[in-house]
Amino acid sequence: MLAIQNLSVAVDGKEILKNLSLTIQPGKVHAVMGPNGSGKSTLSNTIMGHPYYEVVGGAVTLNGENILELSVDQRARKGIFLAFQYPKEIPGVPLSSFLRAAYNARLKERGTEALNPIKFRKLLREKMNALSLDASFMNRYVNDGFSGGEKKKAEILQMSLLEPRIAILDETDSGLDVDALRIVAEGIKKTQTPERGTLIITHYQRILHYITPDFVHVMINGTIVKSGGKELAERLERDGYDWIKKECGIAPENDNGLKTIPAAA
Amino acid sequence: MSKQAQTLDYIEKLNKDVFDKGNAYEYAKGVKRGLSEALVRQISSDKGEPAWMLEHRLRSLAEFYAKPLPRWGIDLSGLDFDKILYYARPGEIKNRQDWNDVPEDIKRTFERLGIPEAEKKVLAGVGAQYESEVVYHSLKKQWQAQGVIFEDMDVALREHEDLVKQYFMKCVPYSDHKFAALHGAVWSGGTFLYIPKGVKITMPLQAYFRMNAPSMGQFEHTLMIVEEGAEGHYIEGCSAPKYGSQALHAGCVEIFVKKGARFRYSSVENWSKDTYNLNTKRGIVDEDGIIEWVGGNMGSCGTMLYPCSILRGRRARADHLGIAFANAGQVQDTGAKIIHAAPDTTSTVLMKSISKGGGVSVYRGLLKILKGAKGAKSQVRCDALILDEISRSNTIPDMQIAENDVSIGHEARVGKIGEQELFYLMSRGLSENEAIAMVVNGFIEPIIKELPLEYAVEMNKLIELEMEGAIG
Repeated sequence: MLAIQNLSVAVDGKEILKNLSLTIQPGKVHAVMGPNGSGKSTLSNTIMGHPYYEVVGGAVTLNGENILELSVDQRARKGIFLAFQYPKEIPGVPLSSFLRAAYNARLKERGTEALNPIKFRKLLREKMNALSLDASFMNRYVNDGFSGGEKKKAEILQMSLLEPRIAILDETDSGLDVDALRIVAEGIKKTQTPERGTLIITHYQRILHYITPDFVHVMINGTIVKSGGKELAERLERDGYDWIKKECGIAPENDNGLKTIPAAA
Repeated sequence: MSKQAQTLDYIEKLNKDVFDKGNAYEYAKGVKRGLSEALVRQISSDKGEPAWMLEHRLRSLAEFYAKPLPRWGIDLSGLDFDKILYYARPGEIKNRQDWNDVPEDIKRTFERLGIPEAEKKVLAGVGAQYESEVVYHSLKKQWQAQGVIFEDMDVALREHEDLVKQYFMKCVPYSDHKFAALHGAVWSGGTFLYIPKGVKITMPLQAYFRMNAPSMGQFEHTLMIVEEGAEGHYIEGCSAPKYGSQALHAGCVEIFVKKGARFRYSSVENWSKDTYNLNTKRGIVDEDGIIEWVGGNMGSCGTMLYPCSILRGRRARADHLGIAFANAGQVQDTGAKIIHAAPDTTSTVLMKSISKGGGVSVYRGLLKILKGAKGAKSQVRCDALILDEISRSNTIPDMQIAENDVSIGHEARVGKIGEQELFYLMSRGLSENEAIAMVVNGFIEPIIKELPLEYAVEMNKLIELEMEGAIG
């Protein structure tokens, strides 16, 4: 269980997340929805430990352990996974080498012996088959020259291989056409385990047509303003965010980017 | 703040001690340090050389005394010509065909460098230079039968004198520069390769060089003649143990690629950090010939090395691939020189440099297109990766183009390892050191993949071993 309590995060001295609280339960799918600029990516990057984001208040615990003191790689080895909105390209590094290093780092953390390259390739091939990925994929350089859809599929492959306890999917649906979206969403569903808590961060609710969330949280101006079930996502799709803003006493925006933060908030 | 400190800590630990372990050796002959006409005469008489070679040595020596030090490139003020051992040979070690005859301590050195293992695999022949003489040399019989000559230079001079005389220092004349002159005077050992017309050697031929005497110079001469339509690949690696006084390496490589021939010359140079590496490598390529240079420069306190291709035949082609790795206290001044002297000639250059711990890497390139070389094409790309705030990288390209109908591209990039890349790799559980090593290995991959496996492994080993140490 990942518990976020009263989390406040600043970038360059400016507070982006304010007193945010959210609990991600094992085996459940949580969706965080919100307009652009509401702080969704700040939330995912902060949980993963990006040094750019400064935690100024609150706590994040994984099964009771404070993770804010841990480095990025320690968090990863504890079982936190972030599927990136924009996965980085690492030219010259074959995907299989990268994934073997990541997988073996995880094994080492558990005190298990590393897999040799032959055994690892077999495991990787199984995981790739399950996601209908071509075998040649593993020899390509990490995200280098990948299409948008391929990058997202590679992220899901990594998630399926590393078997995280908490999976955060940051705008995984962005930039995908309908077919790619369906494949990626099915991949997420297929690799879901009863122990894993999943946090889907999205601007639109279209990915939620494929993956039914147990909880939907609406994020505006750096905090969760409303939580509910999947019907909340349906209403957001139909009516947009203005009704929630009105309900919460937030001034409506003149565009979809919340670059100006109302003084009242 | 702490992040920066961590990066520096990683850089501190990334050194090459793993290759810098010398083994003690008794030197049978007490040759004096410093340079003199008497020494040059002694080298020549020791080797029983013909008169023309002694004359060539003496002319070169006069030229060496007459020529000033280069006023560009690395700082050579620390180089004391009087303290250098110009010629030495281990006692009683002669040319051996059988590995069992090689002395134990020399074997240990080679074993640490992976030589016997490599020999057992696909290598065609091993010429291993220990000090100034080849101690171990073998060649697969099938090629010997086809007329291929793969010999120690001293042996080649005795047994194939006419061939040597025809080509020796015709590509790199002793008058070229001060260190070419020095080389001409005191050269010793090296490799001679002759591939007859139409003979294609598919497996790489290999030699391993190693300096093992304090302050010992190494002046090996490599002469390769690839006749019409012939093909071959030669690879050599150099590693020197660490001693407290400066050593000098001023080797010379000359390659003649005849009409329609193809040759690849690969080298991994890993001299110890107190060695000045002032090496001259040059090839002359005839019509439809192809020369390929693949090089890794990882050691020395200062390197000046610019493999040169002279494309003198129509449609001749040169490809230069190189990695330079500048560590603390090192200046890697490397690059490529290409002279397009005929129409429709083509060249490509891809150089990658890594600087860290205050190291300086320089790409120094010369692209010369002579009048009349219509349709010449050249693509130059150099990428530099700087691992910390205290290291540097410079790019100094020189282009002299005397023809209009040509196509030229030059691209230079300087980068650091991005925070986003590290964040991405670390988010999958890799430590910061592992993530940095992965980005570095990826950066040099386009060159590494062109090397035979054993060499690729050696190039990667340095980074990976030290990474393990840094985490543990």
